[in-house]
Amino acid sequence: MDPILECKNICFSYHNLKGETKALNNISFQVKKGEFLAIVGPSGCGKSTLLSIIAGLLEPESGEILLNENEQNKIRIGYMLQQDHLLEWRTIWKNVLLGPEISKSLSPQKEALAQKLLKDYGLYKFKDKKPGELSGGMKQRAALIRTMVMEPGLLLLDEPFSALDYQTRLMVSADIGTIIRASGITAILITHDLSEAISLADRILVLTKRPATIKNNIPVHLTLPEDTPLAARNAPEFQDLFSLLWKEISDEYSG
Amino acid sequence: MNIADNQQNLNAQQLYVKKHHRHHHMITLLRILVLIIFLTLWECSGRLGWIDTFFFSSPSMVISFFVQMLMDGSFFAHTGITLLETLLSFLLITLISILSATLLWYSKTLSEISEPYLVVLNSLPKSALAPLFIVWLGTGINTIIVAGISVAIFGSVISLYTSFKQVDPEKLKLIYTLGGRRFDAFHKVVLPSSIPAILSSMKVNIGLALVGVIIGEFLAARRGLGYLIIYGSQVFQLNMVITSIIILCVIAMGLYQCIQWAEHLYKKKA
Repeated sequence: MDPILECKNICFSYHNLKGETKALNNISFQVKKGEFLAIVGPSGCGKSTLLSIIAGLLEPESGEILLNENEQNKIRIGYMLQQDHLLEWRTIWKNVLLGPEISKSLSPQKEALAQKLLKDYGLYKFKDKKPGELSGGMKQRAALIRTMVMEPGLLLLDEPFSALDYQTRLMVSADIGTIIRASGITAILITHDLSEAISLADRILVLTKRPATIKNNIPVHLTLPEDTPLAARNAPEFQDLFSLLWKEISDEYSG
Repeated sequence: MNIADNQQNLNAQQLYVKKHHRHHHMITLLRILVLIIFLTLWECSGRLGWIDTFFFSSPSMVISFFVQMLMDGSFFAHTGITLLETLLSFLLITLISILSATLLWYSKTLSEISEPYLVVLNSLPKSALAPLFIVWLGTGINTIIVAGISVAIFGSVISLYTSFKQVDPEKLKLIYTLGGRRFDAFHKVVLPSSIPAILSSMKVNIGLALVGVIIGEFLAARRGLGYLIIYGSQVFQLNMVITSIIILCVIAMGLYQCIQWAEHLYKKKA
């Protein structure tokens, strides 16, 4: 299948008066349509920077981001942040419609889509509540709906579960992983949680410490009776993959 | 838990509520008592000749002067003009400071350039500017309103700009990831999340506007409570001075309460 996204020799540095910090060095990879890619790496290696570049929030120093799109068929990029960042003065309904409101594409179709998503994800009866009245997991789901309402062709997830406590995190990541798989959307997940990466992704890119380069590209094939992210943690291959990833990452810390 | 326990529990709760109310009532009562004692002491010491009522006036003289002001309509003329000037200054302060803080938020360069000027102007005693305003604008309502504005405006701009700047950058990033621009970030996130800060700066501004208006009236008015105070002191009409000061107290309290009420409404809605 054609790649939906191609990153070609991406380089990026941060500057301050003390000098230059090289964050990304010659990063190249492709993502196929419908693929779920996870990117892991040591803390502070520039994973989030890479995502911001793909989202167009930052300009790469050199290299290019190619999206497989044309005039009729633009690929919209959805972005999920580390926290839900629901606006607490808006109701859940107003929050999930924030995107169409900003892009001035609010229409009855969008509202119907928002309604359907709220119903699908079990939040419909909370639509008139303020974010403060919802649990952490529900808020993160509302944040996902806010992203999905924009009908993105490519979904970027920037450690979207890291602000949740461990149990909620397991459930919400499984929950959201299932939703993304079911919708067939292409996704790139950044995480420092290796088991999360294995349980959700089709393929894992391992980055080196700063300046980040691609260290390894590990396909994930799990033999599973049922394909859910929680069940994935019991797959026979899980432990070996975890050990492999852990070795790759810990090499970076010691090296 | 059986019924008897529950009953006992309820009684303990009732007892607590009762105690709380009793304490509350006692405080109110004591507050009123302090006022009554003060007024009685003031009145008696005048009548017993301990203080000279020519200089210190007395509650009864204040009341009769107040009634006289009501009868000849001067109360409404003077209070009305002071109130009007204060409200106009306050509205202009609020409007100008929100607009300026917005501009400063939009342009980092502009805010960096203006920062030292704002700090200097904010720490300047604004009453020093009043004579300048008289020369530039003449005596009258314009000067007084400008004096009212000058007292609060710089502090208000600084505090609003600070609050605009403190908005979580991740929330702004959210707007940008949804395809928004700086304008969207401002009007969807920065402004709504700064409403509590705007309301609390309004509470400060209403008091400061009154201070500025009174300073202005001292120097450049033929009407208003500030004028009555300065005029009364010049002709040794201390009844006039003290009555005006008491009216000012009531106005200040009333205006503050209005904003408090608006804040309350906002919190209830949010």
